[in-house]
Amino acid sequence: MNGLTGAYVPGGSFLHRLPAGVKLLGLAVSCTALLLSPPVGLAGAVAVVALLYAVSGVGVAAAWAQIRPVRWFAVALFGVQFLLVDLPGAVSSTLRVVLAVALAGLVTLTTRTAAMMAFLERCLAPARFLGVDPFRLSLLLSLTLRSVPVVAGLATRVREAQRARGTERSLRAFAVPLVVSALRHADTLGEALSARGLDD
Amino acid sequence: MIEMTDVNVRFGQREVLRGVTLSLPERRVGVIGANGSGKSTFARLVNGLALPSSGDVTVLGLDTRRHAARIRRRVGFLFSDPDAQIVMPTVAEDVAFSLRRKKLSREEVDGRVRGVLTRYGLAEHADHPAHHLSGGQKQLLALCSVLVLEPDILIMDEPTTLLDLRHSRQVADLLRSMPQQVVVVTHDLALLEDFDRVLVLDEGRIVADAEPEAAIDHYRKIMS
Ligand SMILES: Nc1ncnc2c1ncn2[C@@H]1O[C@H](COP(=O)(O)OP(=O)(O)OP(=O)(O)O)[C@@H](O)[C@H]1O
Ligand SMILES: [Mg+2]
Repeated sequence: MNGLTGAYVPGGSFLHRLPAGVKLLGLAVSCTALLLSPPVGLAGAVAVVALLYAVSGVGVAAAWAQIRPVRWFAVALFGVQFLLVDLPGAVSSTLRVVLAVALAGLVTLTTRTAAMMAFLERCLAPARFLGVDPFRLSLLLSLTLRSVPVVAGLATRVREAQRARGTERSLRAFAVPLVVSALRHADTLGEALSARGLDD
Repeated sequence: MIEMTDVNVRFGQREVLRGVTLSLPERRVGVIGANGSGKSTFARLVNGLALPSSGDVTVLGLDTRRHAARIRRRVGFLFSDPDAQIVMPTVAEDVAFSLRRKKLSREEVDGRVRGVLTRYGLAEHADHPAHHLSGGQKQLLALCSVLVLEPDILIMDEPTTLLDLRHSRQVADLLRSMPQQVVVVTHDLALLEDFDRVLVLDEGRIVADAEPEAAIDHYRKIMS
């Protein structure tokens, strides 16, 4: 969850100052390069990614939080490749995946959601001609990001309430109140958006 | 200035507000009453989130039926559930979201955001995800996002429910010092001590409309 919401780590490194668009473009280019690079190139890539992380100053914990979600996948990939191909093959394909994830994580860690949204809005500007409002689209994405922790919080509250009443084994006793509170949240959120002047 | 003439609000068969006629020129107005007595509905009438089934609501000279959008630009509204009104993932972004329509430069937006966050003790959380804040801090953030727009009228629906003593006092002091008109719905009777006027709602009717002391006495009587 943290990899998606509020992963931004404040800082003043050159990575933080780079425009979101440049970073996303750089990410796309380097992921392609990772795929195409020969195994020796990957050793260099490891050094470059490590250096970038060091320069960004986000810290080891934040870096690990980006990689952590794929750790089991990486282990499994390594195992399968090792059995089916060979050791160098397993090492290089695992490295490709981990490095790509690490680079994507670095972009999230050094870019504010607002900057990402603004970039997206600019990219989506041509969609205006198709009758899509870019602002609304990027707002939708922000709201989605914001809703993940809110709904997770609702789920925790429902689970705690159940534990207090000793009904934690019933799926229905969990799902029904969660859906109801999520719907209620959606309702108030809509009102709050109107109150904050969205519908004019 | 808020004016209501013979306002009724119905949800299906239920009459939630009945025959409300008043004008509120006072600067600080409190609204109290039992759960379900219609307080939130009353508050929502003021910025057009709820519309009267019959009768008229006029705010700053504008009819809420026809000019809801214009009214909302000048009337700030603070809900009791801060999670619902924080729409951006991080603290500073949420405050900046309020300013998006103002056509300000980036520096100016940043400056105003920082200013209001500093005033309410959230400056160090500017870049934190909103969900890392405590309930009370979220309420303060929601308040910042409303106040950064400098509204002419501020409506608050139970603003201190989640706040600790210090932060409740902070809100009380703020209400005292704000030049704007404020309408506060609350169960926190102490907050209303030095208000100009307090309305008591009971089953959708205004049953008392007086100075705080008299109104709160009446409320205590009907609740006992
Ligand atoms: N959208 C709606 N649809 C149907 N009934 C509603 C709606 N909104 C409010 N009500 C009903 O209107 C009545 C008054 O609600 P309101 O929220 O105004 O009460 P309140 O005084 O704010 O209560 P509380 O102190 O619990 O917040 C309640 O009985 C409620 O069930
Ligand atoms: Mg209410």
